[in-house]
Amino acid sequence: MKIHVNGTAQEVRATTLVAALVELGYGEARVATALNEAFVPATARAAQGLEPGDRLEILAPRQGG
Amino acid sequence: MPIFYGTEVTSRLMLGTAQYPSPKALAEAFRRSGAGIATVSLRREAGGEGGAGEAFWQMIRDLGIPVLPNTAGCHSVREAVTTAHMARELFGTDWIKLEVIGHADTLQPDPFGLLEAARILSGDGFKVFPYTTEDGVLGGRLLEAGCEVLMPWGAPIGTGLGLNNIYGLRSLRAQFPDVPMVIDAGLGLPSQAAMAMELGFDAVLLNTAVAKAGDPAAMAEGFARALEAGRLAYEADPMEPRDMAAPSTPVLGLAVLE
Repeated sequence: MKIHVNGTAQEVRATTLVAALVELGYGEARVATALNEAFVPATARAAQGLEPGDRLEILAPRQGG
Repeated sequence: MPIFYGTEVTSRLMLGTAQYPSPKALAEAFRRSGAGIATVSLRREAGGEGGAGEAFWQMIRDLGIPVLPNTAGCHSVREAVTTAHMARELFGTDWIKLEVIGHADTLQPDPFGLLEAARILSGDGFKVFPYTTEDGVLGGRLLEAGCEVLMPWGAPIGTGLGLNNIYGLRSLRAQFPDVPMVIDAGLGLPSQAAMAMELGFDAVLLNTAVAKAGDPAAMAEGFARALEAGRLAYEADPMEPRDMAAPSTPVLGLAVLE
């Protein structure tokens, strides 16, 4: 299915958030996730299903002021 | 030293981590200044495992000081609240520098959104450091919402203009004498940080003034020394200024020579 990952449309086979992160190469990465503008804690990723058109944000630590 | 939500910090300087010419320059600025808190943010990760986020996080951990994640760039309550939750998980801290921006050009806080977000996040267990204005009514409402720290701006972010509204800042300080207060944003020179201390503020938070200096480490140290000087002056109970001159050398015993 096609979902939007950090603003870019991408095809994924995964049907859960945790599987999508592995498929997209973020398996062990230090990231936080939000799906359709709602925070999804790491502990909830396995139970979080995906639907076509979902908007996934994957954020990591960055410089800030 | 200031105590924020029960944690005493080691310095009155809170330093941002953005815009440095290199990671080495960043680390050196922190080392020479002895900054007590590092502010950080979170952004989209494109690199997957081993991406830029991991390398940055390792460098920040090596600084060995508490981190204060921000919600920089958020213009709505929903964005800020979601970002705060993501930051708490990512950085493992319930501290959040809450920014809800109301105007794109001035980066002025949106007081209404800020208050609403502060109320939500305090209820969610966050220890909120609100980036606010010098408005005393808003300050009072933020405290009622659960904030135990106020961070009024000196001037708009990144301008280096210093303390734009001395009266307003002095008034805010006087209204809430026991609340830890941090001048957040707008400082450009150490003298401005010293003035913030002389007004009785507890700390300053800055980034651009150090990161964009020709020698960031030297500027960071300059700020640290200015903060010490300003705080000493504040604690020394400064003289009252007056309009008319008053000779410091005794007049009594002055020779009559004409």
